[in-house]
Amino acid sequence: MADLKVTLSGLELDNPIIPASGTFGYGYEFAELYDINVLGSFSFKGTTLEPRFGNPTPRIAETPSGMINAVGMQNPGIDRVITEELPRLKRCFHKKVIANIGGFSVDEYAECCAHIDKEDQVGLIEVNVSCPNVHNGCMSFGTDPLGISAVTKAVKAVTSKPVYVKLSPNVTDIVPLAAAAAEAGADGISLINTLLGMRIDLRTKKPVIANKMGGFSGSAILPVALRMVYQVYEAVKLPIIGMGGVSTARDVVEMMLAGATAVEVGAANLVDPWACPKIIADLPGVMAQYGITSLKDIIGGAH
Amino acid sequence: MKQGIYTIVEHTPLTRDVYRMVLSGDTSAMTMPGQFMEISLPGFFLRRPISICDYDEKTVTIIYKVVGQGTDAMARMKKGETLDALTGLGHGFDVEKSGDEPLLVGGGVGVPPLYNLAKTLLAAGRKPTVILGFNKADEIFYAREFEALGARVIVTTVDGSVGVKGFVTNALPERFSYVYSCGPMPMLRALYRATQGSGGQFSLEERMGCGFGACMGCSVMTKEGGRRVCKDGPVFDKEVLEWQI
Ligand SMILES: Cc1cc2nc3c(=O)[nH]c(=O)nc-3n(C[C@H](O)[C@H](O)[C@H](O)COP(=O)(O)OP(=O)(O)OC[C@H]3O[C@@H](n4cnc5c(N)ncnc54)[C@H](O)[C@@H]3O)c2cc1C
Ligand SMILES: Cc1cc2nc3c(=O)[nH]c(=O)nc-3n(C[C@H](O)[C@H](O)[C@H](O)COP(=O)(O)O)c2cc1C
Ligand code: FES
Repeated sequence: MADLKVTLSGLELDNPIIPASGTFGYGYEFAELYDINVLGSFSFKGTTLEPRFGNPTPRIAETPSGMINAVGMQNPGIDRVITEELPRLKRCFHKKVIANIGGFSVDEYAECCAHIDKEDQVGLIEVNVSCPNVHNGCMSFGTDPLGISAVTKAVKAVTSKPVYVKLSPNVTDIVPLAAAAAEAGADGISLINTLLGMRIDLRTKKPVIANKMGGFSGSAILPVALRMVYQVYEAVKLPIIGMGGVSTARDVVEMMLAGATAVEVGAANLVDPWACPKIIADLPGVMAQYGITSLKDIIGGAH
Repeated sequence: MKQGIYTIVEHTPLTRDVYRMVLSGDTSAMTMPGQFMEISLPGFFLRRPISICDYDEKTVTIIYKVVGQGTDAMARMKKGETLDALTGLGHGFDVEKSGDEPLLVGGGVGVPPLYNLAKTLLAAGRKPTVILGFNKADEIFYAREFEALGARVIVTTVDGSVGVKGFVTNALPERFSYVYSCGPMPMLRALYRATQGSGGQFSLEERMGCGFGACMGCSVMTKEGGRRVCKDGPVFDKEVLEWQI
């Protein structure tokens, strides 16, 4: 029997597959399609202290083997997530969910995490210090070790849940940022968020996206994500949630060999809503093909 | 929503760059006029949202215009080839609201979803008037098909080569019970101004990441807050939308 179980800072997952924040809403669009309890967990839509409408449209562009989004963290705000989304989710998802939190100041991150700390349904907090889609927003934290350190400390001070810091790939060297999060007390690292990208419409001769730039993700970014997960695994002794361009069971195995304990799947859910259950169903076959009996055993195996 | 594989059973050009495609496959997820499907094209990452023009138990008809690489690839596909699509997407037109003499206004590739709407309204005993707006004579499609259904049809062309000269708003009848529309935003805006005081529903277009409500890529601001064009729409009550007029 193939053993798919993995553990993230004490949170036991039946399998390492986690739909990535922003591509799975708060779960119910997918709960209408399949039993989402087959998932290891899922990371809900990036949530901020206050409600946000997000950026003007167009927010989406296509790229070769990927896409660009500039949603701008549209969300109903943490209080409504707690009073409305989580209770609704409870009816269709009986596992712990990952709370993805965004913000614009150290205090805001801390306040938001303090609110969610009391929620039993939340197994882990993923602090997004890396969203490229918000002007003057969190990317300034995400690309500065001091910023990452400040946010991590502030969040750790208000919650007893494991805190995973989600890093931006839009830096020259990812290692000092992961190290800053680790030194500040993070329980794990999530990476990568989207790469800053752009498309230009030949008809209008202007950027496709209203915000001009946006976050590039999808299959095209898999090699960049693998490289960064590999580097961070080498440098920091913390569990890693690896993501970026994963769309098949093979990609999952590759990501785990690079050093990921669990794997998030993002853009793939948007083009194939059944992508995650398919990956989970395919994993045992792929494991058998490559002589793997337990996924736990292959974490960081490429080093 | 359902995912299915659809076989092209008919593929015909209607104008220089507008094509009709009839696909056979599972249509059970389609429940109301104004819904759309998301078509996956080999070699392209995102699916293409295309309105459902008409459907029955076994087939679905779409009409699309070649505007970019994806629709260009579609136009090259042959009878017998297959497409992967998500169907039953979106909240369509509410036919209950029509009254006796509804007005249907379509502009360019906004025309297709009005076809099944007209058919449904006629089957319910309503007397729809359909205004179809195009730029010029050689861009006109489906006027005869709407007439064949039994609807009263008015064609407008910007250059006046056929029908009423000008925009759809130059051809509005004096009396109508409700207005349904799909077309480019400038047309919808003009129509909104011209039909204030009567009820109506407009179908919007937006670039989409998923088409089924998961990514927030397609949001539109409404008087009731942010809404998703793909899931809460594409059809909205026109009064709910925020119009910068
Ligand atoms: C709900 C809905 C219904 C639609 N119904 C029809 C229809 O019945 N007939 C028809 O001809 N067209 C329709 N469209 C527009 C159609 O989706 C685009 O023309 C098509 O996606 C263009 O693809 P492309 O690859 O040729 O263009 P490209 O510009 O090469 O496409 C690049 C990306 O931009 C997206 N895109 C480009 N233009 C549009 C647009 N106008 N709207 C949304 N996405 C766009 C594409 O889907 C793709 O992801 C509809 C759009 C929506 C949102
Ligand atoms: C439409 C969309 C919205 C996203 N929103 C968020 C978000 O709110 N918070 C966040 O941390 N990451 C967000 N992301 C980034 C993803 O969680 C993920 O890190 C990234 O897309 C890389 O994975 P992928 O290539 O599998 O998509 C978003 C991605 C997409 C495509
Ligand atoms: S396109 Fe993804 S929510 Fe509408």
